[in-house]
Amino acid sequence: MNSIKELFQQKDKNLLSIYFTCGYPKLDDTTKVITALEKSGVDFIEVGLPYSDPLADGPTIQDSSQKALENGINLDLVFEQLMTIKETNKTPLVLMGYLNQMLKYGEDKFCQKVVDCGIDTLILPDLPMVEFENHYQELFDKYGLTNVFLITPHTSEERIKKIDEYSKAFIYVVASASITGAKGEISNKQVAYFERIKAMNLKSNLIVGFGISDKQTFNTACNYANGAIIGSAFIKNLGKNGVASIDGFIKPIIS
Amino acid sequence: MKSQFQPDKNGYYGQFGGAFIPELLYPNVKELEDNYIQIIESDEFQNEYKSLLKDYVGRPSPLYLAKRLSEKYGAFIYLKREDLNHTGAHKVNNTIGQILIAKKLGKTKIIAETGAGQHGVATATVCALMGLECTVFMGEKDIERQAPNVARMKMLGAKVVPALSGSKTLKDATNEAIRYWIQHPETFYLIGSVVGPHPYPDMVARLQAVISEEIKWQLKEKTGKENPDTIIACVGGGSNAAGAFYHYMDNEEVELIAVEASGLGVNSGESAATSQLGEVGIIHGSKTILMQDEYGQIVEPYSISAGLDYPGVGPLHAYLFDSKRANFMDATDTEALTAAYELTKIEGIIPALESAHALAVLSKIKFTKDQVVVVNLSGRGDKDLETYIKHLED
Repeated sequence: MNSIKELFQQKDKNLLSIYFTCGYPKLDDTTKVITALEKSGVDFIEVGLPYSDPLADGPTIQDSSQKALENGINLDLVFEQLMTIKETNKTPLVLMGYLNQMLKYGEDKFCQKVVDCGIDTLILPDLPMVEFENHYQELFDKYGLTNVFLITPHTSEERIKKIDEYSKAFIYVVASASITGAKGEISNKQVAYFERIKAMNLKSNLIVGFGISDKQTFNTACNYANGAIIGSAFIKNLGKNGVASIDGFIKPIIS
Repeated sequence: MKSQFQPDKNGYYGQFGGAFIPELLYPNVKELEDNYIQIIESDEFQNEYKSLLKDYVGRPSPLYLAKRLSEKYGAFIYLKREDLNHTGAHKVNNTIGQILIAKKLGKTKIIAETGAGQHGVATATVCALMGLECTVFMGEKDIERQAPNVARMKMLGAKVVPALSGSKTLKDATNEAIRYWIQHPETFYLIGSVVGPHPYPDMVARLQAVISEEIKWQLKEKTGKENPDTIIACVGGGSNAAGAFYHYMDNEEVELIAVEASGLGVNSGESAATSQLGEVGIIHGSKTILMQDEYGQIVEPYSISAGLDYPGVGPLHAYLFDSKRANFMDATDTEALTAAYELTKIEGIIPALESAHALAVLSKIKFTKDQVVVVNLSGRGDKDLETYIKHLED
């Protein structure tokens, strides 16, 4: 069974996921961040592969990616780093990157490495459903990998139902029609959208992302979904205060 | 018969194209995909588009037999004078078309990316014409090297937003435009080249196809010949080449030459010769040939010309290259400058730096004396005067 799905069977409320960028703020921080997040009680972790042209990310994550690339991070290094904590880390990891990274690395080689690192869930924000159906579903099945799809306030009901069918880990509910970035609040419009999705009674678990930054926004999101992902706000803190500050960032949110 | 150079229903030319977009953009792209052909083929659109191209843009643009240039290279060299269009380049053919499509779809806010500023000016112009709000994203580096165009956009009422990420050129301006589009899905993204997710490459190619449509009848009128032997056009994203090639792509007898900018030299590390340096990859929502490193990180291209330093190429051109239908050549900064000075001195035409790359390959080709060659003179050189003056002193 998919590792995130398994997690949901043990816990299906108030799951906290954190997105971080590999190789940031320092090249060898990847495993330190994961270890610190696990210690702090985060439920699952989104491992971001730094990309030169991250279209679906906001300026905070783009800056962290650029810094990480300047630090010398690359896919081979990321896989090496992840291998070193494979045995000790018990928190499920989700790998997030852009399709071109997989394409250039070699699709089969990429999938095999992901599996070798003990990861079974991918988020590729620029992989649309039609390309998944035509080119990637078979490949991912072959390696036992699951792709996470995003839905937005503008995704049609029909499309959401289709995404629900394909989702083996969870559905990533984009909180607002905006790119990632800590906004600090959740609007009435967003609540209406969460309610609309909740009322659809989808079979998949729902995780809210984009615009979640603190305890308040996390709690609001959790009223309508199984949990939420914090990205930009975490990266901002990490960049400023380093790995030692992680526990201090996480604890107030989950306490 | 359907041309093999038209995309399939998923927007693919062979293995190139598609629409690799985040879910956030799906509704926008889908709306356009469902409507663009129907709109373009409607009488209402065609009447308005053609009337504006004639009376506002000044089309048809002349097909000019450059006698002294012809003499020098030993062939009949015709220049397709897109430089004489309103706003100074071929870009306006596309913006006139897309603004009409945007209006038809009920959009009131327009965004665009620009490299050399020609597309930004052409977009700001049609927005002024139609009374629509216009925001143009432009790399910080390009804002510096294309100051006159920045001033024109501002005078036309557009907001110019500097792209500060990455190489601060066209690629980054496009990233910023796409980001803004994600955040503001009510806007219409008016893409300036045959790049981006399907249906943009096909839509822009159809709107630029007026270039080759005119070449066909103009050439017949002037020479009695149905087709030229050779068409030469420069390629950054590839919109002027797509327009100049469009009606000839299925006719194998017409040689198509695409000229890329090789900057300081193809292998100098400072180049934008995508077809020679690139591999299959995804950029701005399209699978194409892309300059990238071994991990798929997009490489920052270089050219003296702000309109050609794009690390990818439109998917149609990737297919023309891959299928060997078009012959890809390159010209360095120096070769382009030399060609620009040559045209200025012997024909009295100052070409855009981009178009100068197309002219630069004339000296590399062995022509037969009856050969009929059309060079697409995609833009005029006013915007490049600073660069030209600088090199005049050298």
